[in-house]
Amino acid sequence: MFQSKKIIAAGAFALFAGAGLSLSAQSDITVAMQLEPPHLDPTSAAAGAIDSVLYSNVFEGLTRFASDGSIIAGLAESWDISSDGTVYTFKLRSGVNFHDGSSMDANDVKFSLDRARAEDSTNAQKALFSGITDVAVVDNTTVKVSLDKPNGSFLFNMAWGDAVIVAPESIEGIKNNPVGTGAFTFKNWVQGDRIELSRNPNYWGAKPALENVTFKFISDPTAAFAAVMAQDVDVFTGFPAPENLPQFEADPRFQVLEGSTEGETILSTNNKMPPLDNVKVRKAIAHAIDRQAIIDGAMFGYGTPIGTHFAPHNPDYVDLTGNSNYDPELSKKLLAEAGLSGGFTTTLKLPPPSYARRGGEIIASQLRAVGIETEISNLEWAQWLEQVFRGKDYGLTIVSHTEPMDIGIYARPDYYFQYDNPEFQSLMTELNGTTDPAKRSSMLKKAQRIISDDYVNGYLFELAFTTVANAKVRGLWKNAPTQATDLTGVSWAD
Amino acid sequence: MLGYILKRAISLIVSLCLASIIIFSVVEIAPGDPASFMLGINAQEDTIAALRAELGLDQDKLSRYFSWVSGMVKGDFGTSYTYRSPVSDMIKERIWVSLPLALYALLISTFIAFPAGIYAATQRGKAGDAAVMGATQFGIAIPNFWFAMILVVIFALKLRWFSAGGFVEWENGILLSLKSLTLPAIALALPQASILSRVMRSALIETLSEDYIRTARAKGFGKKAVIWRHALRNALIPVLTIIGLQFSFLMAGAIIIEQVFFLPGLGRLVFQAITQRDLIVVESVVMLLVFAVITVNFIVDVAYAVVDPRLRRRV
Repeated sequence: MFQSKKIIAAGAFALFAGAGLSLSAQSDITVAMQLEPPHLDPTSAAAGAIDSVLYSNVFEGLTRFASDGSIIAGLAESWDISSDGTVYTFKLRSGVNFHDGSSMDANDVKFSLDRARAEDSTNAQKALFSGITDVAVVDNTTVKVSLDKPNGSFLFNMAWGDAVIVAPESIEGIKNNPVGTGAFTFKNWVQGDRIELSRNPNYWGAKPALENVTFKFISDPTAAFAAVMAQDVDVFTGFPAPENLPQFEADPRFQVLEGSTEGETILSTNNKMPPLDNVKVRKAIAHAIDRQAIIDGAMFGYGTPIGTHFAPHNPDYVDLTGNSNYDPELSKKLLAEAGLSGGFTTTLKLPPPSYARRGGEIIASQLRAVGIETEISNLEWAQWLEQVFRGKDYGLTIVSHTEPMDIGIYARPDYYFQYDNPEFQSLMTELNGTTDPAKRSSMLKKAQRIISDDYVNGYLFELAFTTVANAKVRGLWKNAPTQATDLTGVSWAD
Repeated sequence: MLGYILKRAISLIVSLCLASIIIFSVVEIAPGDPASFMLGINAQEDTIAALRAELGLDQDKLSRYFSWVSGMVKGDFGTSYTYRSPVSDMIKERIWVSLPLALYALLISTFIAFPAGIYAATQRGKAGDAAVMGATQFGIAIPNFWFAMILVVIFALKLRWFSAGGFVEWENGILLSLKSLTLPAIALALPQASILSRVMRSALIETLSEDYIRTARAKGFGKKAVIWRHALRNALIPVLTIIGLQFSFLMAGAIIIEQVFFLPGLGRLVFQAITQRDLIVVESVVMLLVFAVITVNFIVDVAYAVVDPRLRRRV
């Protein structure tokens, strides 16, 4: 009896196995990523997953990020900046339509910007819009944006996913049915599983090669590995299991892209909590850290060492890793100078990503070697936000700051690492008011040096962005200047 | 019979009320604010306050509890904080994955366990019994997520008979959907089948030593006939209890298996909702699962009474 059941089971196996899925046509693609967007409105949440699916594919802004991180024209084809730098006059592309057929014009731009800076706005990056004093419609394709003071980053700010242009006609249902102007229209969202897009036949720009796009959400690293190996998905962006990448590299069916991100991974330090308020102690911590050991041990070799809070691929980057080279003896000496020759104990609170959890263990042992004991606690993101970020109840934590060009956070004394340096703050004010590229560049370099010399945080490494894809897929973004999976230029090789 | 059912029903309602209070308090006490989670680290205080107001999080806990409970009684589970769609719609979608998966696994488990258990009981002390017991020991010992990964490696990566995961919706054909649930169902079923086989075996062995079995054999019934006509029915009570428990476990306990096979089921919904502090979703789904568990136990209790008439009078 037991035997015959086995045979039936085997038969059932064979039956199901026969009903295989048909191969997708070469104009379709399935892109997997780890996190699913909570909803589909990029203008009211911080979740990077929203931009990962929709940025440039479905929604576009006045300006946009190119794959190298530079700012290029988006829905605005050109702009004029007044001589005092406070008035931006955008000339919009004409003949652009939203996916619901309504036209995109100056009124939509005014609506979008006013909505983002309104009192009851739920825009997660409301600060991007804080300098705007007025948005005026000049004619159908001309918008005049007035600022309270010159802002050298304004065009950069307008390229963020949080600044995309939305329409008043479709804003009501945007969280589940996003309507933008991009090269792909939103088709379907099976929550917990996938989002489907299809080519927008009326797109104003170059038509994309892909017809149908499916984004699939696979959070478990083992499942991610299996899905790529079984070729259930064509592309996995932000592949979560770096330990498996060599296996894909060795397999001719796949290509592995290793790119950079805007994610400065740092050992954030509470600058107001004794003894961490002493710059000598922070310097001691910085010299106790062996960055390469962390990159190798926690990230399987993927990541670029940094010595300040700036992305290494940026032309203005200054390599300051020598300022905090691995030197445990110097570290012990500095601790003795600070009157802590017996060492001290502090907390190390770790959010969920593996860079933090794995990196935390390594840092704890490196710190222990110079006499600093850490009490490690593992937190969920929501707890981390409450305790560490808002409550400032921590000594050390590890987090990757993924916002592009965010060195300005060091000018906010109430920010969670509580760094309060008037010199840095006035430099940032000056930077914001400067539009001359050469001057901006030297200011940014100076800013990097100040925070490095003050050892505000332990600067670890720039997070790598790894994508595993079918060897025949072309045109994927290698780097991640913003969280985006721009598919407008992606195609299949024959 | 009616009095028995009534008593069971009252205990069901009391359990549900207690469960709702416990679930609500535990979820509310857990640290982490949904609004600040959603808006991330660059959000301004006024933005967070605006979102809290939009989500209704600025109301006091007691009134939120009552609006949650009164909504549920009417079948309205509220609106998800993060997804911004009605929780009842989200549950409806997910239940079409989780419920069939649980039933499928239960079916596989029962199909394996009944013959295996009966076979082992009749072969008691012989090699066949030892083989079944050994196999079930193994089945209980291995963690189901590990077994799931092994299934993926063999059937998806090597043989390529199945996808490594994912769910094909029912609209695309029942066979395809069942196929996509097959590996997860097997992974879920194996430990359950092992437990159930053991219960089946020991229940049957116990019944087979009863006096009435001996009497039946003495009256000239063959061994098989005695098992089918007398022993099996009496051995079913403990087996039914275990099946009831297993069904509840399979509904609620598939979280890890759903992660491994990236299935959009209830377990994955709860898992995501917990990390995103989507409190209302967590509360409602957990409440629904509690409801399912308690209801299944209620049905099992009633089923006892049907199988064993003595129980109706005893309680």
